[in-house]
Amino acid sequence: MTLRLVTLAIALVALVTVPFWMPGDYYVNVASQILFYGIFALGLNILAGYAGLVSLGHAGLLGISAYATGYMLQQGFGHPVAIVTALATGMVAMAIYAVLSLRTTGIGFIMITLALGEIIWGLAYRWISITGGDNGINVHTRPHPFGIPLDSPNAFYYTTLVVFLIALGTVTIFVRSPLGAALMGTRDQPRRMNALGYHVWGIRFWACMFSGLLTAVAGILFVYYNQFISPQAVDLTASAEVLLMVIAGGAGSLFGPIVGAALVVIVKSVVSAYITRWNMLLGVIFVGIVIFMPEGLVPGSVRLWKYMFRKTPPKDAAAAEAKP
Amino acid sequence: MSALRIAGLRKSFGGLHVTRDVNLDIEAGERRLIIGPNGAGKTTLFNQITGELTPDSGTIHLLGQDITTVPSRRRAHLGMARTYQIITLFPNDSISHNVCLALLGLSPLRWNPFIDMKRQGHIVEDAKVALKQVGLDAIAERPLAQTSYGERRRVEIAMALAQKPKVLLLDEPFAGLSIDERRDVHKCLMAIPRDVTMVMIEHNMDVALEFAERITLLHFGEVIVEGTRSDVVNDPRTREVYLGH
Repeated sequence: MTLRLVTLAIALVALVTVPFWMPGDYYVNVASQILFYGIFALGLNILAGYAGLVSLGHAGLLGISAYATGYMLQQGFGHPVAIVTALATGMVAMAIYAVLSLRTTGIGFIMITLALGEIIWGLAYRWISITGGDNGINVHTRPHPFGIPLDSPNAFYYTTLVVFLIALGTVTIFVRSPLGAALMGTRDQPRRMNALGYHVWGIRFWACMFSGLLTAVAGILFVYYNQFISPQAVDLTASAEVLLMVIAGGAGSLFGPIVGAALVVIVKSVVSAYITRWNMLLGVIFVGIVIFMPEGLVPGSVRLWKYMFRKTPPKDAAAAEAKP
Repeated sequence: MSALRIAGLRKSFGGLHVTRDVNLDIEAGERRLIIGPNGAGKTTLFNQITGELTPDSGTIHLLGQDITTVPSRRRAHLGMARTYQIITLFPNDSISHNVCLALLGLSPLRWNPFIDMKRQGHIVEDAKVALKQVGLDAIAERPLAQTSYGERRRVEIAMALAQKPKVLLLDEPFAGLSIDERRDVHKCLMAIPRDVTMVMIEHNMDVALEFAERITLLHFGEVIVEGTRSDVVNDPRTREVYLGH
């Protein structure tokens, strides 16, 4: 427990001091990307990790809130209106998405979410009067919360960090709550949960809504960071990428998706400057994770740590202890 | 008053009739044994009683209330609990967590996304009481993955008992148990108070006959013999289709 707290404290201090020890603005921006992709991955992890519902259309949901922000700003509304509209639009879209996709689970769920993601991509590409089509929407300004302009990389980073910590805290509370436990129960034994009196569909629906809220928040940060949104941000590759973040870091673990987000963003934004074929490197890393740590980087590292320091008894001893 | 009354229940899958005009009247506090050869439709009957399967026709009354069209999850709230033939638990969690989930299933707290589940003292205490009933309170925090098959059977029973059911359906609770484990589970079942009506499917006649007050014999989805222990055991049809000569 103490080790865990010390690790968290070190991580928090490292995050708060990022602008002081990073070599330049570019790397502070990379850190901002890690944080909002981390929020996005946390949102997907609610479904893919804790509910056992793998969504392949989440980039579409991120895109809806990002487009809503861009559109409202383009129409001359202020940032508060744009942000509230983006959150509301994102939640409504998620509700529709959930009602349609929760008719099934497993492969069926994946295929429906994939199709819904493609529909959103198609709308982004073809509904030119709203989305700008291939040209996308430019966002020319960033908000000034409490009079602080978010134009500098440091200010944007700290704002993203605050939102990220709130999101992480919310997810932590959720997974420890009865509703979180019920959600994991519906993942492991839906039939049993139904017989125990749980409304399995209802629990999954609320999980979708929570996931949608985090995704919408990530979408708003995404569009303010890039100051641009185009169909490329909502395509299947983007959905697959965030799913890989979750799986690589550890689906169903609290910190796994964040580590996964960090891995993907660093390879894409930093390593790619040195290695032309960074896509291949990312692929090799994923294959390595799947082979050596199939549960993901964070749970896999915890397992290795316990093994190295003998916190977990060898399998034979555990089996012997279990015998009455 | 009847705890469970089933009238004219029918169910078929295509051309296969798995439940044919089944009528059952189980009194409150009764211990009823349902027997029959494999494929007789015993578990399918249970699945219809609990709402996991919808009957084609017929009615099911629980404590006088018609529950034929009541969703499965609501039946738990009305006082029905069951165990499964194939153990259906949460393998990644502790024994205590499994029972806590059963308790939360009937509590409005199950929708709460803000409170810490481990800090709900009354839930944890109630889980311990249920585990004590089945003799597992000493290993409550043990991960389920480190328990024996017999202990898992008892966890299933503890989860059902934690919900304080009025009608408890037990689907082959002695299946796959060693003699010692069978004795432990038998002891648990015999200690369940009379205000719980129990209906059990079981093939192990040594323990089942000791438990049963009345027996129903199902064959090809149809009730062919029903009565007291001695009536059913001595009936030639029971010997013919189930016990053998």
